[in-house]
Amino acid sequence: MSGKNIREKGIQSLLFLSGTVAVVALFLLCIFLFREGILLFEDYPVSSFLTNTKWFPTASPPIFGLLPLLLGSLIVTAGAIMFSVPLGIAAAIYISELANPRISSILKPVTEILAGIPSVVFGFFGLVILAPVVQRTLEIPTGQTALTGSIMLGIMALPTIISISEDAISSVPRSIKEGSLALGSTKWQTIYRVTVPAALSGISAAVMLGIGRAIGETMTVMMVTGNSAVIPGFPSGLFAPVRTMTATIALEMGEVPQGSDHFHALFAVGSVLFITTFIINILANYVKRRYRFNL
Amino acid sequence: MPDNFANGTEIEVTNLNLWYGENHALHDISINIPKNSVTAFIGPSGCGKSTFLRCLNRMNDLITSCRTEGNVGINGQAIYTKDVDVVDLRKRVGMVFQKPNPFPMSIYDNVAYGPRIHGAKKNAIDGIVEDALKAGALWGEVSDRLNSPALDLSGGQQQRLCIARTLAVKPEVILFDEPCSALDPISTSKIEDLILELKKNYTIVIVTHNMQQAARISDYTAFFLLGDLIEFGKTEQIFESPKEKATEDYITGRFG
Amino acid sequence: MFSNAKLNEKIAFALLKVATGLVVAFVLVILYYIIYNGYSAINLEFITDMPRNRMTEGGIYPAIMGTTYLIIGSMAVALPLGILSAIYLTEYAQPGRTTWAIEMAINNLAGTPSVVFGLFGLAMFVKYLGFGPSIISASLTLALLILPVIIRASQEALLTVPKEYREASLALGVTKWETIRRVVLPAAIPGMVTGAILSIGRVAGETAPILLTGAAYFLPRLPDSVYSQFMALPYHLYVLATSGTNIAQTRPIQYGTALILLTIVLCVNLVAVSVRSHYRSKMRR
Ligand SMILES: Nc1ncnc2c1ncn2[C@@H]1O[C@H](COP(=O)(O)OP(=O)(O)O)[C@@H](O)[C@H]1O
Ligand SMILES: [Mg+2]
Repeated sequence: MSGKNIREKGIQSLLFLSGTVAVVALFLLCIFLFREGILLFEDYPVSSFLTNTKWFPTASPPIFGLLPLLLGSLIVTAGAIMFSVPLGIAAAIYISELANPRISSILKPVTEILAGIPSVVFGFFGLVILAPVVQRTLEIPTGQTALTGSIMLGIMALPTIISISEDAISSVPRSIKEGSLALGSTKWQTIYRVTVPAALSGISAAVMLGIGRAIGETMTVMMVTGNSAVIPGFPSGLFAPVRTMTATIALEMGEVPQGSDHFHALFAVGSVLFITTFIINILANYVKRRYRFNL
Repeated sequence: MPDNFANGTEIEVTNLNLWYGENHALHDISINIPKNSVTAFIGPSGCGKSTFLRCLNRMNDLITSCRTEGNVGINGQAIYTKDVDVVDLRKRVGMVFQKPNPFPMSIYDNVAYGPRIHGAKKNAIDGIVEDALKAGALWGEVSDRLNSPALDLSGGQQQRLCIARTLAVKPEVILFDEPCSALDPISTSKIEDLILELKKNYTIVIVTHNMQQAARISDYTAFFLLGDLIEFGKTEQIFESPKEKATEDYITGRFG
Repeated sequence: MFSNAKLNEKIAFALLKVATGLVVAFVLVILYYIIYNGYSAINLEFITDMPRNRMTEGGIYPAIMGTTYLIIGSMAVALPLGILSAIYLTEYAQPGRTTWAIEMAINNLAGTPSVVFGLFGLAMFVKYLGFGPSIISASLTLALLILPVIIRASQEALLTVPKEYREASLALGVTKWETIRRVVLPAAIPGMVTGAILSIGRVAGETAPILLTGAAYFLPRLPDSVYSQFMALPYHLYVLATSGTNIAQTRPIQYGTALILLTIVLCVNLVAVSVRSHYRSKMRR
C-alpha cells in the first residue's frame, strides 16, 4: 500500500470514530443515568416508587412516589398540546399553503425567534406577566398553576410543531394538489381532504416531538407551575399548582447530599423521563419515515 | 380554419395571449375545438402546449406570475369573465396530467373524492365509483381490491385511475397533458383505446409529443411552435398535406 | 352545495389567519415586555460591574463572563467532533446497521430533555471523573447537548455541495479525503458556521444542565480555573426572579438580565440567518 493510501485509511478510521460519538454519548448517558437511578432500589422498593401517590423525600422515612410527578408532567403537557397542536398546524398550513412567499419569508424567522428564546426567559415572562393575569382572570389564590405552565409550554412547543408540520405539508407534491383542484374542489377542500392527510405522518411526528419538548422542559415549568407535589385532578388540577418530573429534579438536586437515597431517587425520576422521551422520539422518527413521497 | 364541425363546437378561443412575468408564452391564439372528438396539440417541447391546455380549465390561475388576455368559451360560456367560478369550471373541464398523480388514499377513495366533494349522496357513491372505473377500463383489474392503496398500482393503472377519477365528476371536456409519456407501450395502447372510447361522450383535448399517437387517435390536430398556433385542421390533412412549411418540417422530423 | 363549500373555505382561511396572527402576537408580546422593561436597566455599568449588596444592585459582569466561558468551552469540544462526525456520515457511511444506530442516537440525543443531560453531567463529569461542579463539567455537558445540532447542520451543509464538484475532483485522480478537504469543506463551511452560531444561542440560554453541573448562585470574583464554579446569565435570571434576597426590588435587574440574554440569542440568530442568506445568494450566482 502506498503512503497515500495508508493516510486515507487512517483518516477514514479517525472519521469513523468521530462518527460514532453520538452513539457513545447516548450509551454513556444511559449507563450513568440508570446506574445512579437503580441504586435507589437497594433501599427502596420499586413497587412503592411506581405506585406510591406521595412524594415526600424529606419525611422520615422518606416517600418517593413517582405518580404525582408523572401526572404533574402529563397534565401540564396535555394542556400545552391541546392548544399548541391546533394552533401550530393551522399556522403551518397558512405558511405553506396560503401566505404569499413574501409573508411566509417573514413568518418563518418569527417562528425561529420563538424557538431561540431561552426557556428561562419564557419562565420569567410566565412568572412576571402571565401568572398575575391568570390569577386575576380566574380569581384563584395563585397564578402559578398547571394552566400557566401549559400556556407557556404550548407557546414553546409551537416552533417545533410549526416547522416540522410545515416541512411535511410543503413536501406533498404539487401534482397531487393540482389533481384535486382539477376535479373542481376548492383550495380548502384540497387542503383538508388531500394535502393534510397526505402529510399526516409528518404532522404526527411534529406533534410527538412537540410533546417530547413539552414533557422535557424544565425551567419554564419550574418557574410558573408553583411546584406542589400533589396528584392533580382533571381538569380541576389545571387551575392548581403542580410539580413536574423535570422541576423536581432541578429544584431538589441542589439540596441533596450526593449518594443519598434522595439523590438516587432524582436519578430514577430522570431515568423515567429519559425513557419517556426516548420512546416518543423513536415513535416520532418511525411515523415520519413510514411514508415518503416518491412521485 | 375549420369551424363547422359535424358535432358542433365545444371550445372557442379568440386572441388568447399569455405571459409568465415578462415571458410572452402564447401569442394571439384563436382556435375552435369540436365536440365529441379528439383534438391533439403537437409541437416541440417548450412551445406552449401545456400552457395552452391549462388555459382551458384555468389551472394557470395557480401560477402567480401568469397573466392572460383574450377570450375562451366553453359551450358558449366565457370562462375568463369575473363572474365565473373556477371551481365550477374545473368540474366541467377535467384534466389528466403527465405523471399519474393518484392521491395517497385507497383506489375507491380516489374515485369517490370528486363526487363526495360535490355533494353526491352517500348511497349513490358506490355506483358512481363502479361506473367510473368501468369507463376508465380499470374495473376488471381492481374490483376485488378497491380498498388497497392507489399507490400500489402500476403506472399505467394509476393513470387509468386518474382518468376514472376525472370521469366520476362527469365533466364535459377532458384535457390530457401527455398522459402516456411516463408509461410503457402496453399501458400506452390501453389508454389510447380508452380515449377513443371516451370520445363518444366527451370532448377530448390531448397534448402529445408523440406524432404517431396524434395520428392514431386524434380527429383534429393543432401544431404549435414557440407560442404560436401554426396550423390547425383535420388530422389526415395535417399529416398528409400540411399547408405550412414549419408543420411539414416538424412532421417529417426535421426538428423537435 | 357550492356556495356552502365557498363559505366553508372563507371561514377556514379566516381561522388559519387568526391562528397565525396569534403565534406572531405571542412572539411580539414576549419581546415587547422584555425589551420595554429591560432596556432602562441596561447601561455600561450593568454589563461591566460586579453585583453589589447581595445582588440587589450593581451589574451582571460575572454572569456574562461565565456564559462566555461556557460558550467557548462547549464549542471547542462539540464543533470539531460534530463536524468530523457529519463528514463521516455524509461522505463515508454506507447504509447499514452502524449508520442506522448513529442516526438513531443523534435523533434521540436531540430529543432528550436538557435536565437529563444535567443529570448525566452530574453523574459522569462532576462525580465519576471528579471534575466537581465546574466550568469544565458544565461545558462538557453542554457540548453533548449541542452535538446533534452541530452534526445536523453540518450534514445539511455538506449535502448541498453538488455531487459534480466531488466527481470533478475525483476524476482528476485526487483522493477522497483530499477532495473533501479541498473541494467539499470550503463549499460547506458557511452552512456549518450557521449551525455553530445557532448552537451558541442554545448554550447561552440553557439553564437546567448548568444548574446541576456547577452554576453558582453568587460568586464574589471571577472563576480562576476551569475547575471553578461560575455564574451564568440564565441561572442568574432564575435566581433573582425566584429566590433572590429581594425579588420585587431587583425586578429591573431581572428584566435587564433577560434582555441581555435575549439580545445575545437574537443577535446570534440574526448573524446565522444573514450568513445563510449571503451564502445562498452566492451559490446562486
Ligand atoms: N410555471 C411557469 N412559470 C414560468 N414559465 C413557464 C411556466 N411553465 C411554462 N413556462 C414557460 O412557458 C413556455 C411554454 O411551456 P410549456 O407550456 O410547458 O411547453 P410544452 O408543454 O409545449 O413543452 C416555456 O418557455 C416555459 O419555460
Ligand atoms: Mg408540456
